[in-house]
Amino acid sequence: MAFKITGTHPIEVKDLTKRFGDFTAVDHISFYVNRGEVYGWLGPNGAGKTTTIRMLLGLLRPTDGEARVLGYNPATEAKTMQARVGYMSQLFTLYNDLTARENIRFYGQAYGLSRAKLRRRQAEIIEMAGLQGRENILTGNLSGGWKQRLALGCAIVHHPQVLFLDEPTAGVDPISRRDFWGLIYAMANKGVTVLVTTHYMDEAELCQRVGFLSQGRLAALDTPRRLKETHMRGQVLEINTPDPDRAMRVLKAAQESQRLPLDEVALYGAQIHAVVPAAEEFRQPLKDLLNAEGVRVNAIEWIAPTLEDVFISTMERL
Amino acid sequence: MSDDIAICTQDLVKRFRTLRGMVTAVNGVTLQVRRGETYGLIGPDGAGKTTTTRVILGLLKRTAGESSVLGYDSMRNTYEIRERVGYIAQQFALPADLTVQENMRFFADIQDVSAEEQQRRIPELLEFAGLTHFTKRLAGRLSGGMKKKLALACSLVHEPQVVLLDEPTLGVDPVSRREFWNLLGNLRAEKGLTIFVCTPYMDEAERCSRVGLMYQGRLIAHDSPKMIKRLVPGRLLEFTPSNFVPARQIVTGMEGVLEVQTYGVMLHLFVDDVARRRQEIAGALAAQGITCVGMREIEPRMEEAFISLIRRQSDQSHGV
Repeated sequence: MAFKITGTHPIEVKDLTKRFGDFTAVDHISFYVNRGEVYGWLGPNGAGKTTTIRMLLGLLRPTDGEARVLGYNPATEAKTMQARVGYMSQLFTLYNDLTARENIRFYGQAYGLSRAKLRRRQAEIIEMAGLQGRENILTGNLSGGWKQRLALGCAIVHHPQVLFLDEPTAGVDPISRRDFWGLIYAMANKGVTVLVTTHYMDEAELCQRVGFLSQGRLAALDTPRRLKETHMRGQVLEINTPDPDRAMRVLKAAQESQRLPLDEVALYGAQIHAVVPAAEEFRQPLKDLLNAEGVRVNAIEWIAPTLEDVFISTMERL
Repeated sequence: MSDDIAICTQDLVKRFRTLRGMVTAVNGVTLQVRRGETYGLIGPDGAGKTTTTRVILGLLKRTAGESSVLGYDSMRNTYEIRERVGYIAQQFALPADLTVQENMRFFADIQDVSAEEQQRRIPELLEFAGLTHFTKRLAGRLSGGMKKKLALACSLVHEPQVVLLDEPTLGVDPVSRREFWNLLGNLRAEKGLTIFVCTPYMDEAERCSRVGLMYQGRLIAHDSPKMIKRLVPGRLLEFTPSNFVPARQIVTGMEGVLEVQTYGVMLHLFVDDVARRRQEIAGALAAQGITCVGMREIEPRMEEAFISLIRRQSDQSHGV
């Protein structure tokens, strides 16, 4: 990728590489993130997501390549940079034996906020996280959604311009997750740049741009909508039949004998999803095959791939 | 009871005594799982999924109501249930210092599977789970996804008719999660296994023949994924307003707008009539100088349906 470090974007990464002995955890990654953008990373465990974030935070030195966060080089200027950057890890690093208010105060003091500023921020964060009335409850007794919003509050107590979120919503219920994303976008609208990693496909859909990370490489990078248009190999047919289990056995056999070019055949409840090279071309042959085996077919529809379909398809081609 | 039913509960209640008083973890749950179906019990953490599962298996005493597996009562016939059912507990850990093969044998021995049967079944299950090349690897050195597959293989070694899996894909990455679900699909298609899964992932509902949505101890909906998605009010319109907060205020309470959900930078509106409201909404926003990008009708997913159902539930209980 033709890419230059110019210092004009809040996050710029060029050929960033991290090796641990023989193992290359991050392998020549290049990208930038725009101001106020919510940029997401999707990838299996061990793809290099956390290692990259640690390099961008200045906690790990890159083996090769370079990065700029707000114009600073995290490898040499971590201290100055860290005052302007927020980080929330998947472990919600909160003190369970402190109250919500005390946690905010602790993080505020660690970031060197003045007494007056800290008092103001405490009130703002408690309001933002919807923690009014719960300020004095021990953090350990808060439920997942509150804890998560408190952890976010602590990560932004110092008004960072760039925010790194490493799987921030693991184990949080869907309503709290929606609220959380509302907060993320409220910050992004004020110009905060957000880099977030996730395992949830529906969260990746919420990002303005999504990068697929695999084995330390950036396999694809675009808006969720564009990724679905450009990165899906094959098209998805949804088969509706009164006997999905039998249809499944027939299609599995056809896949193994290569009678039909089926990239994937999978049960989705009462339906079957089959990935074929071209939907219109293979709709009829699929139907004929099932009928010939005595399986009735109610409908075969060409459906849009989900981001997960696209992700799996991209991973399989690597 | 009909032979067609694999798992059944009737007005099931489970209360716990805690330091802060009584807690009702399961509050009158009635559900039926038919043989050969994949049933998903779906809900956030703390909804009562695990407690329900444990009561069904007879691992916890129920406070009230009925529960049975394959016609055997959960409390009175636990031994019969144990013989016929496989179970993977949440955060279940395999002995890490045993190899894959040794783990399989260990679980087979516990379940009294004869030596001849073990010789037949273990290779078959390992092949099925894609672990044939890893038989000598220590379980502790498997990847997260492989550990889950091994746990599944171990839970099947006594050839159960029903398996109960409590959040089997928690913390597993998307590729492994997909592989695991494909395995479950194949099991159902090839062996007619009845599968009962608890999961917090809404998108996994799409993999189930029927789902029960659980929230705060209650089953708030209970149907096929397709039918549950039809429980949302009206049809779903998505767009990105140029100015989010005022846009949300303007559309909330507009005629024909039944519900407003936020989705990151976008708004999701449930409306009674897409063609008509689309114009009106765009017009009302334009009058305030707000533009809408990418306005289109989308299919509601399980998550939208779940949020909508939970909201209506809490509105009712608060008498709004």
